[in-house]
Amino acid sequence: MGNAVAIIGTGQTRHGRRSDACYPDLVREAVTAALEDAGITLADIDGVVLGTMPSMMEGVSSTHFYFAEALGSVGKPVLKVETCGSTGQSIGHCGFFWVASGMADIVLVVGSEKMSEGDGQATMTTVFDPFFQRTFAAGAPGVFTMQSMEWMYRFGIPEEKGREAAALISVSNHDNAMDNPHAHIRMRVTMDEVKNARVITYPVRLLDVCPASDGACAVVFASQKAVRKSGRKPAWIRGLGFRGEEFFYGESDKAVWMSATEAAGEAYRQAGIRDPLKELDVAEVYNPFTYQEMIFYECFGFCPRGEAPDYVLRGTFLKGGELPCCPSGGTLCTNPIGATGLIRMAEAALQVTGKAGERQVEGAKLALSHAMGGVDQFNGITIVGSTL
Amino acid sequence: MAREEHRIVKGQVLVPYELALGKTWSAFYDYLKEEKIMGKKCGRCKRVLVPPRSFCPRCFEDMEEWVEVSPEGVLETWVYVNMPFFAQEIRIPFISAQIRLDGSDSGFIHRVAGIDLQDFEKVREIVKLGGRVRAVWNPEKKGSILDIDYFEPVD
Repeated sequence: MGNAVAIIGTGQTRHGRRSDACYPDLVREAVTAALEDAGITLADIDGVVLGTMPSMMEGVSSTHFYFAEALGSVGKPVLKVETCGSTGQSIGHCGFFWVASGMADIVLVVGSEKMSEGDGQATMTTVFDPFFQRTFAAGAPGVFTMQSMEWMYRFGIPEEKGREAAALISVSNHDNAMDNPHAHIRMRVTMDEVKNARVITYPVRLLDVCPASDGACAVVFASQKAVRKSGRKPAWIRGLGFRGEEFFYGESDKAVWMSATEAAGEAYRQAGIRDPLKELDVAEVYNPFTYQEMIFYECFGFCPRGEAPDYVLRGTFLKGGELPCCPSGGTLCTNPIGATGLIRMAEAALQVTGKAGERQVEGAKLALSHAMGGVDQFNGITIVGSTL
Repeated sequence: MAREEHRIVKGQVLVPYELALGKTWSAFYDYLKEEKIMGKKCGRCKRVLVPPRSFCPRCFEDMEEWVEVSPEGVLETWVYVNMPFFAQEIRIPFISAQIRLDGSDSGFIHRVAGIDLQDFEKVREIVKLGGRVRAVWNPEKKGSILDIDYFEPVD
């Protein structure tokens, strides 16, 4: 895995509709918070990595140019990496690679999005190819609903049971977001409200779906030497995995989802994890859609295939359960897409360093973070621990 | 400060494109004009893919052999779309579907229609996962994926 690397600081904006701030100012808000958390200044940073959704989300191309000052990247090497929804994990991995290679001691990684300024689903539609599939694209909800329907059919999950479990995921994520001062949607919902919410793409309803958020997240990656110098409690990178699959939807099996399964498997091998349900203390799973969260549980080996709804309804993934998932309220309550995967990583780091405030899972030492991108094409995982 | 006081500027970027289909995909659309759905078969893994590929995405080998697949197949999954999205070509409500055409080894994305789509509850009585669907050709061929107008459920 190269040299040891740890996260020594994270910063998040207040996420939501942020018409009060222009985009570079929003980015700087996260950067400033991360520098303060890590106890460093811009002068300590050797390189900067930025990630966002495709530039047409906000209509400005190559945003690492636009954000040069806000990122503190003037006079430093800067990279932009994007893999759609999994961008946040990809840029975190990039920060890891840079420090693990020994070519840098401290790298600043920043993810951002200002969804309120553009048409998120129009941008998503252009992720489909122009000749065959774009005609039938119905934004992200269309794809994720197709996948969820296929999954339930494949494993014979009764519609009622799937509905009940998805509703519980919505309720618990909304409850969790109440503990997170950064979260976009902060309101409690009931099972009945979820089950009777407006249909988006059946069986997916409004409260099964994430919001479109403005927000940024910055994370400071440091070498062992820099960790010692900072005096900060580190969240060590224990394992990471990233896998992609074929581009055309329909060409690979999304009910068992190779990329999600193998990305997790790779990260587990590196981290020496054999039984994720027992060994992990908390997971921040990328969950823009309630039903999809259950497919991830199965791909990540939290439960056998087809049994996620049973585990969900048993309370396995609730706060106080065997493996609490998304104590932050998750992507379901906050989704500035280019930042979202990095927020998962930052939240995991906060958990294993005991800095997660009201949303802290007591005694958490080992945490999984995740993001998914494209038309169900990419999955990235990072596992962080309180010890190396 | 109230949200109304935040100063906003409206903007739009309009960019025209000319996109080359290349040899394989051009041929696919030529075949569609003849009402034939053609896939390509990989010489190594023997999979037949529709849309056809110039090379096998798993083996990275050139795909040389054209294979005609059936206009009929199994509905692997579908979604009822009743929400407008920006620049959507098809009027709502519509059904996006993944269809495994007989003789192919991949899901083909198209739409299911030819039935009354207004009432979802009625639609779900007719459109079933694992059910069979058949291509209905558009009499007017424009060299687009809608040269197959839609797939209709087969009793």
